[in-house]
Amino acid sequence: MNHRFLLKLSGFALMACYAASILAGAGARPNVPPSPAPDTPAVKVGVLHSLTGTMAISEVTVKNATMLAIDQLNASGGALGKQVEPVIEDGASDPAIFSQKAQKLIQQDKVATVFGGWTSASRKAMLPVFERFHSLLWYPVQFEGNECSSDIMYSGAQPNQQIVPALDWAFQKGYKKIFLLGSDYVFPRTANLILKKHIVQRRGTVAGEEYVPLGGTDFSSVISKIKLAGPDIIFNTLNGDSNVSFFKQASAAGMPPSKLAVMSFSIAEQEAKAMGASLVAGSYAAWNYFQTLDTPANKKFVAAYRAKFGEDAALDDPMAHGYIDVMAWAAAVRKAGSFEPDAVRKAAAQLDWEDSCMGKIKFAGNQSLYQTAYVGQLEPNGDFKILWQSKEPLMPDPYDQLAFPGKSCLIK
Amino acid sequence: MGEGGVIAGQIFNGISVASILLLAALGLALSFGVMNVINMAHGEMLMLGGYLSYLACRVLPGPGGFLVALAVAFGGTFLFGVLLEVIVIRRLYGRPLDTLLATWGISLILQQGARSLFGPIGVEVVAPHWLNGSVSMHGTLAGLDLPYVRLFIIVLAIAVLGLVALFIAKTAWGLRLRAVHQDREMAEALGVNTRTVDLVVFALGAGVAGLAGSVLALISPVTPTVGQSYIVYAFLVVIVGGLGSLVGTALAALLVGLFSSSLQIFTSVSLADVLLLVLVILFIQFRPKGIVVRRSRAIEA
Repeated sequence: MNHRFLLKLSGFALMACYAASILAGAGARPNVPPSPAPDTPAVKVGVLHSLTGTMAISEVTVKNATMLAIDQLNASGGALGKQVEPVIEDGASDPAIFSQKAQKLIQQDKVATVFGGWTSASRKAMLPVFERFHSLLWYPVQFEGNECSSDIMYSGAQPNQQIVPALDWAFQKGYKKIFLLGSDYVFPRTANLILKKHIVQRRGTVAGEEYVPLGGTDFSSVISKIKLAGPDIIFNTLNGDSNVSFFKQASAAGMPPSKLAVMSFSIAEQEAKAMGASLVAGSYAAWNYFQTLDTPANKKFVAAYRAKFGEDAALDDPMAHGYIDVMAWAAAVRKAGSFEPDAVRKAAAQLDWEDSCMGKIKFAGNQSLYQTAYVGQLEPNGDFKILWQSKEPLMPDPYDQLAFPGKSCLIK
Repeated sequence: MGEGGVIAGQIFNGISVASILLLAALGLALSFGVMNVINMAHGEMLMLGGYLSYLACRVLPGPGGFLVALAVAFGGTFLFGVLLEVIVIRRLYGRPLDTLLATWGISLILQQGARSLFGPIGVEVVAPHWLNGSVSMHGTLAGLDLPYVRLFIIVLAIAVLGLVALFIAKTAWGLRLRAVHQDREMAEALGVNTRTVDLVVFALGAGVAGLAGSVLALISPVTPTVGQSYIVYAFLVVIVGGLGSLVGTALAALLVGLFSSSLQIFTSVSLADVLLLVLVILFIQFRPKGIVVRRSRAIEA
């Protein structure tokens, strides 16, 4: 065997490496729970999250919270007298699979609605499917805004409900020189675009802006750049396991969260627990729900989840959204007297809840959620101590007026 | 931090990245060079080493636990390498495409196996307290911190490189290995048991990759796909270094590490990856056989 052949072979090997990561998810089997007895009419709903692959760390728990809500709904009589039958599909952390599975749920299973998605890439991949079939997707995760479709209910925070309030809090605390660090994909890029406009408007300084490929593990150069820039605070939009690498390497280089403030937008209770809370203790996070929210409704939610999924289970913001999405859908179905997506989404925008697990919420006309913004500090036990909250639920705005002037969301 | 500090810091970072790449690529280079086997499951040896050290640290949480974990990671992946060679690689000898597919399959099985056993969430090896902290520089390099963890990884990589070089240069097994490397048929004719040499080479490569996974766990989480993020760079190092050359592999690891860390300071991390690949492609155009050209007495097939 000569050298040239080996080179070619190794080139093939590299390509196969990439192909493997794509194919790895393709064989995943759907997990369909047993259907109810044939004489009870049931209505099917789709639950579409990544149960395998890199996003599974976060999405499996949202699926669990969604299932809890469906169970509770069924225990209280279901929707319009029908039991709700979830059809669970695995998006396998791959946007293309999310799109295929969404189409399968709508066309083959004839589901009334779909709860699911996490990454913006998965949502963007599903969007054309839901628009083509005029079905309805309930999307539970905070995102970068700059999108508005009548076929999606966006319950996760818009930028003006998470990242902009976090910036206001940072300025209140005197952190005015800000370093932007994120994974290299649509959410961090758009979030930072908005943040930069707001930092300049508030007469702060952008100390630097760095992106690391998704899943990246080497932060040595980024840490050097941060040291050189000497910011007051880091606004961190890294996703997933990269966070562990970043915090480990930053601490080793003499910058633990106790010395240099870090505000994270993708670290909630789940991630903190998985990463080892001691590693990230002292860092800040901005969300619209914390497990430590001291309300009767939240205590009930936490207790019910733990009774089903284990006493030491952690709950977080996307899970709370996954849970309220089902409850909101059921209430909207009741109000509309129909499962028809158009009627349901219009009914949803007329409902409000005084005491959900997240506090006072309601859907706005743009199909996003009015909700309160919170800033918390991570304690060594993995819980967040709530430091600050907005005075009232904030109106969701998909188009930040500084970053996207003149654009607005019109849904008929 | 002054300019001198930044430059020194990036050189240090480059060496630190290079030492992990070296550990990851050493086994690939050996099995490439001696056996002409491309092991697609090599990245998973890294992962296996990471999980083994996680388990060892769970059992022995004390300050010396991590040293035991290193030994466990090396020993465990070495044995796994033996198993893999005997069960699969040996049976596909001289069929490089089949070996490629078989080891790729093994890689997928191992990844999903780890996902089922340990879950998709990464596990963490907490660095022992004697590795916490850093050396702070003064004078012109003030503000520069060299973390103990990274120093430890560099020292370990150099030690491993030295030991493997000694093994190849000074031991009887090393002599056989060099003989097989230079001319397999002639070595066989002279009574060298090439099967056993292959076994030792393959298992040693796996063991060193296990060590890489173990030290990697100190700076990033151990996930089922941790091997995937390093295997591509390991292949780059092997190709740039020249197949099967220890010196070439070490030089190539250093080059790739220094290039990517200096590119990262001028551009962004994503762009640095792209530029690195462009540089490697250009390099192969001018030196298709890598830094160190293998001089074989065998007739090229």
